[in-house]
Amino acid sequence: MVKWSDFERAAIQDIFSKINYDVVGCAALSRCLIVYPWTQRYFGGFGNLYNAAAITSNPKVAAHGKVIMAGLEKAVKNMDDIKTTYKDLSVLHSEKLQVDPDNFNLLADCLTIVVAGQMGAAFTPEVHGAFQKFLAVVVASLRKQYH
Amino acid sequence: MSLTAKDKETVKAFWAKVAPKAEDIGQDALSRMLAVYPQTKTYFSHWKDMSAGSAPVKKHGATVMGGVADAVTKIDDLTSGLLSLSELHAFTLRVDPANFKILAHNILVVFAIKFPSDFTPEVHVSVDKFLAALARALSEKYR
Repeated sequence: MVKWSDFERAAIQDIFSKINYDVVGCAALSRCLIVYPWTQRYFGGFGNLYNAAAITSNPKVAAHGKVIMAGLEKAVKNMDDIKTTYKDLSVLHSEKLQVDPDNFNLLADCLTIVVAGQMGAAFTPEVHGAFQKFLAVVVASLRKQYH
Repeated sequence: MSLTAKDKETVKAFWAKVAPKAEDIGQDALSRMLAVYPQTKTYFSHWKDMSAGSAPVKKHGATVMGGVADAVTKIDDLTSGLLSLSELHAFTLRVDPANFKILAHNILVVFAIKFPSDFTPEVHVSVDKFLAALARALSEKYR
């Protein structure tokens, strides 16, 4: 059972109320595909991922960015039991999508960098810490059903 | 995953933009590392004050970024260029090399905050590769 301080709860709700979901999802996924190109292995059906410009303007990447943000929002709304909330998502990623769970950390790092860029100075070390803790719980929950 | 000619150009060009703020960047990155990855505090138990604006954090942030600046000038041969720094980290400081990655991540976060339009995905990948190569060079003398 994850313990959230009042500050952490407030920080997470605040971040997600301020960021632009459409921008952040697409930007984070694009960065992941550009900075860690081996992650493209999971997106064979996305068409043109040949260079950074193609990736950032790819409509399927943008659409999938939104899917990711919708998934994160579920965790934001159920912070006290992300593990249970993500049970089916975890099974999906392990059994159907067969994603190496180490990739979750790569996307998490890209999300942190994109959110930091969006929030600027408001992304203080304390807020940064709360966000990374949140993502760590999300990643751990997604890993839970891998056997 | 070695640095291409393009990576090196990208890193040098980006460094030229960020260098004037190197000390601030170092202080911010180090503060974040200590706050977000508390296990890293174990290396600084000799500091009276590990908080974000403190004197030791400021000073050490500047030292670290001085090292990064030096590495940029030695980008064509990081291993030989950083030999004595590697010996320092291996034999005297004995910092677990896993922590280099952690500090690198925090440096990237600070770049994203302070240079949002310059820190594009293309710059991000080259800088990430550079910091990874830097970490490898720093780990050279460990065993």
